[in-house]
Amino acid sequence: MSSSRVHHFKLVLLGDTAVGKSCLVVRFVRDEFFEFQEPTIGAAFLTQTVQLDESTVKFEIWDTAGQERYRSLAPMYYRGAAAAIIVYDITNPDSFTGAKSWVKELQRRGDPNVVIALAGNKADLESRRKVEFEEAQSYAEENGILHLETSAKNANNVKALFVELAKKLPKNAPQPEREAFPLAAPQNDNRNCC
Amino acid sequence: MAEETKTFDWLPEGTEALADGEYDCIVLGTGLKECVISGLLSVKGKKILQVDRNGYYGGDGASLNLTNLFEKFGAGDAPTNMGENRDYNVDLVPKFIMACGNLTKMLLHTKVTRYLDFKSISGSYVYKAGKIHKIPTSGVQEVLQSPLMSLFEKRRFRSFMIFVDKYKEESSETWEGRDLTTMTMNQLYKDFGLQPDTAQFISHAMCLKLDESHMNEPALPTVKELQIYMYSLMRYGTSPYIYPCYGLGGLPEGFSRICAIHGGTFMLNQDVDEIVFDAEGKACGIKCSEDGKKMMAKAPMIVGDPSYFSQDKVKPTSQVVRCICLLNHPIPDTKDSESVQIVVPGPQVGRINDVFVCSMGNSLQVTAPGVYVAIVSTISEKHDPDEDLASGLRLLGPILKRFTSVSQQYEPVADGTSDNCYISKSFDATSHFENDCDDLLSLYKRVTGEELDLSINADSVEGDY
Repeated sequence: MSSSRVHHFKLVLLGDTAVGKSCLVVRFVRDEFFEFQEPTIGAAFLTQTVQLDESTVKFEIWDTAGQERYRSLAPMYYRGAAAAIIVYDITNPDSFTGAKSWVKELQRRGDPNVVIALAGNKADLESRRKVEFEEAQSYAEENGILHLETSAKNANNVKALFVELAKKLPKNAPQPEREAFPLAAPQNDNRNCC
Repeated sequence: MAEETKTFDWLPEGTEALADGEYDCIVLGTGLKECVISGLLSVKGKKILQVDRNGYYGGDGASLNLTNLFEKFGAGDAPTNMGENRDYNVDLVPKFIMACGNLTKMLLHTKVTRYLDFKSISGSYVYKAGKIHKIPTSGVQEVLQSPLMSLFEKRRFRSFMIFVDKYKEESSETWEGRDLTTMTMNQLYKDFGLQPDTAQFISHAMCLKLDESHMNEPALPTVKELQIYMYSLMRYGTSPYIYPCYGLGGLPEGFSRICAIHGGTFMLNQDVDEIVFDAEGKACGIKCSEDGKKMMAKAPMIVGDPSYFSQDKVKPTSQVVRCICLLNHPIPDTKDSESVQIVVPGPQVGRINDVFVCSMGNSLQVTAPGVYVAIVSTISEKHDPDEDLASGLRLLGPILKRFTSVSQQYEPVADGTSDNCYISKSFDATSHFENDCDDLLSLYKRVTGEELDLSINADSVEGDY
């Protein structure tokens, strides 16, 4: 396999409202952080590449766009996702309970081979910690998923999270052979020229 | 999850705010039309709340997995020997998308195309004298080989098609002396010497006319439909139709994501108890309840499908009979096509309305490998669904499992200006979305007061680099 080979993967974010899903993506993709990030970042999806020793992984990152608030995510969201980051807020125990239910939801609705990472976000707020690292770590180990604590605010572990996921993704899986095509506008809109 | 509940002075005693309480528009149902409207409104900066009583997107036009399909029709537990539940995305309303039609324009306009992959439908067939025939698609050669017409008729057919291809409403030199705003379709066919069978085939299988009423009307609209058919055919190859992988349910889901990205709020599994009207009889909000908790949200306009409105706001139109069949083989005599449409023109089988058959399988990711779904549909004429559908069901070969439904179609009694209730029409019996798009454009105009300009991209959000 040549080192220049680029592998494309869809990555979805899951987790309760206001745990910092969008902030993690914005930090990773644009290296920015806004204390008062709007609940939705207004993008269909963002892309970012991770350079590994052997290959390049290009993530197509889908944010929930707020549809997680009433658990109203469409099947389309889970479909074809090779990787998922399930986010909780280390200062909010409810969000950790939520994260565990998102893992179940993903296992039920997503691809059976989806690679999952659990991210304990807002790790910069150590003084307000309510979810112990060990508790989340042992849950992650039991379920065979990655676990990192991150801070979108000070960028700690954010890149590492995506790199660890990129490493775990299968690079030799054959791309599905489907003759599906994306729709494109006609090159020249003069209908009568066809 | 814990959420802060907002309070408002307009909330009745003992009632909490539903979601954020105040919206620019509340949309009831997540069918395709409702989702397109909410998507377009949110792009314009409107604050949207969209509510659906079902736990899935799509309403009457959803694509269901095996469990939901069996549950929907009260058919007991889904069988365990038919593959993975998640492999199934069975459409409740069978339709294909015309490659150059208005729905395609809306998908491009909103960039919902980013979320979906499409495939061409492999074959388009028409029923004639007891057999099904492939509709010629690849120009002269296939037309000449088709058993649909005699040799002399093929020549006439060809010159008719050349005329239609060249015809332009705005340039009279292409009219060849024919004024299609006064000449009827019947007269136009006669002018080219086309036989009634050929005319029937063109009208029903290509222009997708449902009955014969267009024959005595000006030819122009029918000719335009034929042009869309021809351009669509040239766009992607084997048939004029395209279809989204994983089923039509992806369409409303995609538009809902556009709305969500622009701040729309979505609540599935949420029944609506009541639409609230003010003293002047104008809709101003909705009431819902959950676990005994009463909730209300307010908005100056309510958009929705007919099932959310009281009987005095909608009127019944026709009844559509549909039979969803699961097969373990492709439809016979279609060269094992993975996906087909068959049109049975009503007059061929002693009916007024055409019978449509749509079939697709695992290549479109709507069934498990080896299983095919075929949906037969028509407008009810006989008051016995099996009799209505017989001419289509007969073409399918052995059927593993079938689900028959008769659904009453509704349309709004008013345009919404007097009561703020903007109601869509039920999905019609056609096998395509062209009429549904007309309803959508009308709904959009009623809601916003402007025509939808499909020539520009609605979604100019940064970030999809």
